[in-house]
Amino acid sequence: MSRVAWYRLAVVAGAIGLLELLCLAGVIDKFTMQAPHLIARDLYRMLVSGRMNTAIGKTLSNTLLALVLALVMGIATGALLHRLRALRDTLDPLFATYYAVPVFAFYPFFIVVFGLGDLPQVLIGFMLGVVAVIVNTLNGLDRVPAVLAKTARIMRLSPVDTALRMTLPSAAPYIVTGVKLAVAYAFIGVIGSEFIMSRGGVGYEISFAYTSFDNATMYPLIVLILLASVVINSALSAWERRLLSRRGKR
Amino acid sequence: MVTVAGDARGFLSLRNVGKVFAARDGRAPLHALGPLDLELERGEFFAVVGPSGCGKSTLLELIAGLTPASEGSLEFEGRPIAGEAPEGIGVVFQDDASLPWLDVADNVAFGLRRANLDGEEKKKRVRDALALVGLSDFATSYPAQLSGGMRQRVCIARTLVMQPELILLDEPFGALDQQTRLLMGDELLRLWRETHATVFLITHALDEAAMLADRIGVMSARPGRLIDVVETRWPRERDSRIIEHPEFGAITARLWKSLRRESMKTIGRGGNPGAQEP
Repeated sequence: MSRVAWYRLAVVAGAIGLLELLCLAGVIDKFTMQAPHLIARDLYRMLVSGRMNTAIGKTLSNTLLALVLALVMGIATGALLHRLRALRDTLDPLFATYYAVPVFAFYPFFIVVFGLGDLPQVLIGFMLGVVAVIVNTLNGLDRVPAVLAKTARIMRLSPVDTALRMTLPSAAPYIVTGVKLAVAYAFIGVIGSEFIMSRGGVGYEISFAYTSFDNATMYPLIVLILLASVVINSALSAWERRLLSRRGKR
Repeated sequence: MVTVAGDARGFLSLRNVGKVFAARDGRAPLHALGPLDLELERGEFFAVVGPSGCGKSTLLELIAGLTPASEGSLEFEGRPIAGEAPEGIGVVFQDDASLPWLDVADNVAFGLRRANLDGEEKKKRVRDALALVGLSDFATSYPAQLSGGMRQRVCIARTLVMQPELILLDEPFGALDQQTRLLMGDELLRLWRETHATVFLITHALDEAAMLADRIGVMSARPGRLIDVVETRWPRERDSRIIEHPEFGAITARLWKSLRRESMKTIGRGGNPGAQEP
């Protein structure tokens, strides 16, 4: 591990240690927050008991569904728009301002249209993620060297082969950036909408625990979400680094 | 002496070929090339020199089937070249076209994607091509780990693995330093002899053309036409040391004599446009 990584670890450990001290000293009372070691214990018990498995499973599967939809639609739309110059020029400003729109504002509308099931949550996750994938796919395709397109034609690759074997691999580092964003957005979209109006999922359980003063459930769930996003993001970053180091960047 | 293998007729022939790029975005149409006639014999090493912007690369793209001619006819082995890359023609571009996500062996094997070969035969062809360009020890390296000259050799190997009869090279050593270029020239000559392929090389370096080619076509300023064809009469067994030969200076001088006025035009110092050297 590099020296910077150690420092980073020290900062996190220091923050947790400080919280622990403040909680033990009673500066933070136990109705506000439990000491970190208690949260860890409760999290362990919660996972072992399996009482949250349904909620965790629902959140994970909905997030995965939203993510897969965002990736498939995003990459396909990006590849298509890259070829349709006029349409792209029309849509570009909309993409640029897209993230200024609070997608959650549409949630009541989604519920009216799609009902109270999982679909509205998946759609919010998808809507948040898909544009990041489109924008990064376009960016990556813009950077594919012209000589590769010529090479594909010399080798007489079919359009599908050209896309799958030449252009998309060449644009991959940029698309991975889109994937990383989409993972984060899918989590935010799904868990966020579970908070607002849902009958299950980790977001719903946190919200329920909050309204019933159940700190022993709320904090462990928050930590669980934190851990999940950190682990997934680190894994993706490691993959990205491997892709880039092979190409001599970084 | 120029050695010509097989039949001399109908290998590659261009008749009255011209290229005009259509008007776009308020700009006038651009007459880039021609009219131009060219006959290439099987097995020869032909180089083209010309002032920058004279349409050398356009000429190569026409032969490679990457862009259609506006007028005239192109035939490769008796079949017209029309809007599609002809079977049997390989191209090495100036820009690095190695695929950074594949290792060297996979880069070379990429050239065989469309070939209908079994796995063993493919592996053998890749091994042979890597040996030809001297990259056998780098089969598992990635392009980013190689120098510019080695990456260009990867691209050459990827072309050779297809066993093309005609290899088009568009200033393949343009981005390399002078010493490396001379050595790459030696390699190219060796590959040309060992593969019995026909080579069509575009370059802006007069010495490179004089050292490598059997015949050198000199192009005019835009719209590019062939204004001179110089025969070198080098032996087939030759390398970069040929620059010591007294004839080498004479050939380079003749190329420059033909080119000087054309080059001046492109830097805005020319006489009446369209005038040709005798």
